[in-house]
Amino acid sequence: MANVMTRLEPDTRAAARGLSDLTIRNLFIIPTIAFLIIFNVFPLLYSLWTSFTDFRASTTAPANWIGLENYRELLSDEFIWRNFTITAKYVLISVSGQVVVGFGLAMLLNRQIPMKGLITTLLLLPMMLSMAVVGLFWKLLYDPSFGIINYFLGLGKFEWLADPQVALYAVAIVDIWMWSPFVMLLSLAGLSAVPKHLYEAAEIDRASSLYTFFRITLPLVAPILMIAIIFRTMEAFKTFDHAYILSSQPTTELIAIRLYKMAFLEWQTGMSSAFAYIVLIMVVAITNIYVKYLNRAKAR
Amino acid sequence: MARIELANVQKFFGSVQVLKDVNLTIEDGEFVVMLGQSGCGKTTTLRAIAGLETVSSGTITIDGREVQDLKAGDRDIAFVFQSFSLYPHMTVEENIAFPLRAVSSSRAERESEVKEVARFLGIERLLSRRPSALSGGDMQRVAIGRALVRRPKALLMDEPIGALDAKLREQMRAEIKRLHIARNSTSVYVTHDQVEAMSLADRIVVMHNGVLQQVGAPDEVYLHPANLFVAQFVGSPVMNVADVAVEGAGTDALLRIGRAEGFRVPGGAVAHLNGAATKLGIRPEAVLLTREPGQGGIETETTNVEPLGSHDIVDVRIGGETLRARCESGFARGEGEKVWVSLDPERAHFFDAATGQSMRRAG
Repeated sequence: MANVMTRLEPDTRAAARGLSDLTIRNLFIIPTIAFLIIFNVFPLLYSLWTSFTDFRASTTAPANWIGLENYRELLSDEFIWRNFTITAKYVLISVSGQVVVGFGLAMLLNRQIPMKGLITTLLLLPMMLSMAVVGLFWKLLYDPSFGIINYFLGLGKFEWLADPQVALYAVAIVDIWMWSPFVMLLSLAGLSAVPKHLYEAAEIDRASSLYTFFRITLPLVAPILMIAIIFRTMEAFKTFDHAYILSSQPTTELIAIRLYKMAFLEWQTGMSSAFAYIVLIMVVAITNIYVKYLNRAKAR
Repeated sequence: MARIELANVQKFFGSVQVLKDVNLTIEDGEFVVMLGQSGCGKTTTLRAIAGLETVSSGTITIDGREVQDLKAGDRDIAFVFQSFSLYPHMTVEENIAFPLRAVSSSRAERESEVKEVARFLGIERLLSRRPSALSGGDMQRVAIGRALVRRPKALLMDEPIGALDAKLREQMRAEIKRLHIARNSTSVYVTHDQVEAMSLADRIVVMHNGVLQQVGAPDEVYLHPANLFVAQFVGSPVMNVADVAVEGAGTDALLRIGRAEGFRVPGGAVAHLNGAATKLGIRPEAVLLTREPGQGGIETETTNVEPLGSHDIVDVRIGGETLRARCESGFARGEGEKVWVSLDPERAHFFDAATGQSMRRAG
C-alpha cells in the first residue's frame, strides 16, 4: 500500500507544516473508516443476519437460524400490508403537497421583491426545528378545544387527530408544513438556473404564461425537482417522530411506527430486522425509478 | 412586412439615460444595421422595438400601429438572440415549431411550415437533434428558422453571429444577406462589427452614448462621416485624426500637423474652414507614400509595418503624430525606411475641433 502513496512535494505548505500523506491517512481517513465500519457497516450486516433468525434482544436465549421464515410471515401478514398502504398514502399526500407548496413558494420568490433574503430565511425556519418539537406543538395547534387552527378556521371542535379518517391527513399537513421549504429551496435553485433569455424568446414566440410554464419552466426545473422528490420520498417513508407524537390511531400507523413497536415494544428483533430490510428494498426500488427518470431528464 | 418608426424615444435605467431622443424610420423591406460600441444603446433600441424593454417616453409604431405599450408577443416581430436562446430540452423541429404551437396552429400546417423553413436554411437533416448536439452555426440557423417560421412583420437580430468564430461568421453573414434578399423582410440588425454592418446594411445607424450619430447608406457613412466618432468607428484601420493648422487659402494652402512642414493642398479644398480650430481626418488609403520625393511630399521614415497579405499598413511620423497609410504589399520592409508622404486632398475630412462635427464643403 505504502508504495502507491504519493509523497508531497517537499516545498508545499502542507509538507512545511509536517503533514505527509501518510499522516493524513492515519489521522483522518483511518478513524473515519473505522467509525463507518463500527457504526454503519457492522450493524447493517448484523441486522441482515438477525433477520434470518428468531433473535429477541430482550432475552438471553440464543438466536436460531430460521431462514426466510420472518420474511414469509411478514409478507403474508395482512396488518403489515395495511401499514404499507397507509405509508404509501401518506408518502403520496405528503410529497405531492410539499412539491406543490414548495414549488409554488419558489415561483413567488423567483423575482425581484424587497427583503427577499429575509423572507427566504423565515420560510426555511420549519425545516430547522426538531421533528419531535414540531410534533408536540402541532398537537397543541390541532387541539379540538383550545387549538388555534380550529379557532382560525372556525371549525368548532373538529377532531383532527382523534378522527381516524382525518388523522393521517393531519400528520401529512405537518410534514408538508415542515418540509415544503426544502422543496422550495431546491426549486428556487432550479428556477434561477433557467436562463432569462429563454423566457424572452418564449415571449417573442407569443407563448402564454401557462404555456411557458408547462413547456419551458417545468421541463427545465424537472431534474432538480426530481432530486427534491427523491429526498422527500425517502424521508417520508421513514417518518416516525411527529407521526408517533401526534397520533396513535391505527390509521396513522406508518411502517416506521410499526417497526418501532415490533422491535422495541414486542422485542421481535429478528422479525423487525427482516421488516427493516423489506422497507429498505422498497425505498431503493422506488428511488431507482426516480433516478432513471432523472437521468433521462438530464440527458436532454 | 412592415415599416417601423421610432419617434422621440427615451429610455432611462434608474437615473442613467441610455436612449436620448431616438428618431428613426425603417422602411418596409429595408435591412438596417445598428452599429456602435457595447453600451451605446443599440441593443436597448432593438429590445425596445421588440417589446423586451419598455421605453420611458416616445412612440414606436409598426405598420402604423403604436406598439410601445404592447407585449412582445402582440407586436408580431421575431427576434434572434446572440445566445441563440434555443430551448435546450426540445429537438430542432420542436424549437422551430414552438412559435406555431404556442398559438396552437394545426399539426399539418406546422409540419409543412417547419419543413419549408428547414429546407430553406439547409437544416433538414438536423430536425430530430437537440440543440446541445449542434455546432454554433447550426444553432444560429435553427434560431433564425424559429424566427422565420411564423412569417413575422419584421426580423430583429441582436448580434446573431457574434458568438461564432471568424470563418463561420463570414459564412453566416453571406447567408443572412441571401435570406434577406430572398424574403425581403424588414430587418434590424445590431452589431459592433463594422465589417458586418458595411456588408449587410441597406442603411447603417451609428449610435454612441444613446444618441444616433449618423444614419445612411454604408458608402455614405464611410465616405462622409458626420462627425469624429463615426469617422473613427467606421473603417479599418481607423481613420487618422490629427490637429491641423490651415495656412493660406489662395490657390495653394498648407496643412500643418504639429511643427512639421505643411502638406500643400489646393486652396479650394480648405476655403470653407475659415481658420477655425480643426481636426484633419484622413483614411489610410488617402495617405500616399512614395519612395521618391514627389510634388508636395514630406520626407519622413517608416516607424512600423503591418503586412496583411493583400496590402500593408505602414506607420509614419509627421509632426509628432502617427499617420497610418495603406500601401501595396511589400512597399516597405521594416521601420526606419525613408519615404515621402502626401495626402489626397479630395479624401481629406475636416472636423470642428470643439464639437467633432464634420465641416463639409458646401455642395
